[in-house]
Amino acid sequence: MSDSQPFISRSLHRNPWAPRTLFSNVMTGLAIACAVIAIVPLVAVLLYVLINGVSRLDLNLFTQVQPPPRVLNGGLGNALQGTLYTVGIATLLAVPFGVMAAVFLSEFVRDTRLARWIGFATNVLSGVPSIVAGTFIYSAIVLTTKTFSAFSGGVALAILMLPVIVRTATEALELVPSELRQAAVGLGATRFQTVAGVVLPAALPGIITGVMLSVARAAGETAPVLFTALGWPTWIQNIWQQTNTLSLLVYKFATAPYPNQQQLAWAGSLLLVLLVLVTNILARFFIRRKI
Amino acid sequence: MALSNQQVSEIKRARSPLARQLDNGFVWLTGLFAVGVALVLVAIAIRVGWEALPAIQQFGVGFLTSSRWDPVEDIYGALPQIYGTLVSSLIALLIAMPIGIGVAIFLSEDFLPNKIQRPIVFMVELLAAIPSVVYGLWGIFVLIPILRNMGVALNAGLGWIPLFSTRPTGPGMYVAGVILAIMILPIIAAISRDALVAVPPELRQASYGLGATRWETLFKVILPAAFSGIVGGIMLAMGRAMGETMATTMVIGNANKINPSLFDQGSTIASLLANQFAEASGLQISSLMYAAFVLFLITLIVNVLAELVVRRVRMKV
Repeated sequence: MSDSQPFISRSLHRNPWAPRTLFSNVMTGLAIACAVIAIVPLVAVLLYVLINGVSRLDLNLFTQVQPPPRVLNGGLGNALQGTLYTVGIATLLAVPFGVMAAVFLSEFVRDTRLARWIGFATNVLSGVPSIVAGTFIYSAIVLTTKTFSAFSGGVALAILMLPVIVRTATEALELVPSELRQAAVGLGATRFQTVAGVVLPAALPGIITGVMLSVARAAGETAPVLFTALGWPTWIQNIWQQTNTLSLLVYKFATAPYPNQQQLAWAGSLLLVLLVLVTNILARFFIRRKI
Repeated sequence: MALSNQQVSEIKRARSPLARQLDNGFVWLTGLFAVGVALVLVAIAIRVGWEALPAIQQFGVGFLTSSRWDPVEDIYGALPQIYGTLVSSLIALLIAMPIGIGVAIFLSEDFLPNKIQRPIVFMVELLAAIPSVVYGLWGIFVLIPILRNMGVALNAGLGWIPLFSTRPTGPGMYVAGVILAIMILPIIAAISRDALVAVPPELRQASYGLGATRWETLFKVILPAAFSGIVGGIMLAMGRAMGETMATTMVIGNANKINPSLFDQGSTIASLLANQFAEASGLQISSLMYAAFVLFLITLIVNVLAELVVRRVRMKV
């Protein structure tokens, strides 16, 4: 160091006004400031959603359908129903698909070139813009069936859930100690028996955590259902018709000029945020308990 | 005690051929699903590209350089949207990059005891989990009023700079930039933190041992060592910002124009799709597919590069 000086005092304490120490302290201050700045939007969003959304949080919110413009009251019932349908379909499609793929990657081809390639494609798939996934399903399903539907919305959401589930399930499976597999094989189990009877149950908490997180994320996704589920003002009978979802309703009512609808948009946001908050805290709890 | 090959094949033969075939079938089935995940990516490219074909034949590369979007005359060009996509992501990166790296440094070094550090890491992660549409709602009713006041002041004082030359009316490119910055900050922070934590502790100890202060160590040793990982994180964040749809659509104003002023309204490829797709028909749909295909290709390139960089870092660890 060029600025080394002979010891003036014999103390080992740093002089707080020496340029190097000063620089270090200022930078520490800046780093703290960065962390504070990063947390501010989170707190602001949570507070505003809570304050504006909580006034409509009652039973009507869940049992009544969305109000037309200039009509008071109403609820989010049909949007919740649509969310349940689309996310349900997405989960039914993405979870078996993703877990099977994860079994292949972690049990049969782990650490091979093929596994790396598929892992790479999975990561790239998770970076595909959600609106492009919506466009894809529009052309593949909506144009083919000639109707917007809860089903096509669900498939679009499944595409977004798939890479998340593959990744989390692969990680969970790879954490299962190989002794368990060896023991199962040693007892004469086939590969199917080993996976279904031993490895999957052992990895279940991790897999469930991943599924929970991706379900919460899918419930909040709007872009993919924008022109696959499209929206519908009241209850639906089956999954082959247009439907509204919570996220679609928040989008449409947020940009509507009617205070009643805007309030419902805040209430819908509150439900979405609560869902995310609860699943994330639960997931954290799950993960901590395991270790 | 390894079994000899002969013993293994004897054990295998002990099973009925059907059981063996079923078991092999299971492996094949899982393999099919795994390859299927990769094929989804290919299917998206092919399907969206196929639907875009009429517009590609009609407008060719001119689609990317024309700024006319006219459903009445059936003439389409997406330059303002491409411009808006790049500029809004750039604003977001300029804001989120320093803060995100700062957060990553703060949460990777020993500034804080573990007990306090972990909740903060969790909170930053939570920032990424909040749905985009909620950010949009918050942006409309909370962020826009705040930013408009700041914007009016900037316009009054520095209006001679083209960047601030229009009076903000509410929604606009700058609001989209700020919202995107909030949304990509956790990605930059999380990946940069991974890269910083992965730097071997010996480097740190050696640097401290030579008498360097904490920040000299950070700037001269740790950040250079983690550089490629941080760059990868920034690129992933950029890909995310370019594809982000709902929050952007709700606050950017959706105007089909290019204006150097950040306070003016604009649009992005994603917001164009969100606004027009449901009501489009004929060549307009094909043109929207073309726009979606362009967005897909841009984000694909960015993501593949980012993934390669990040992967190389992970391999080293």
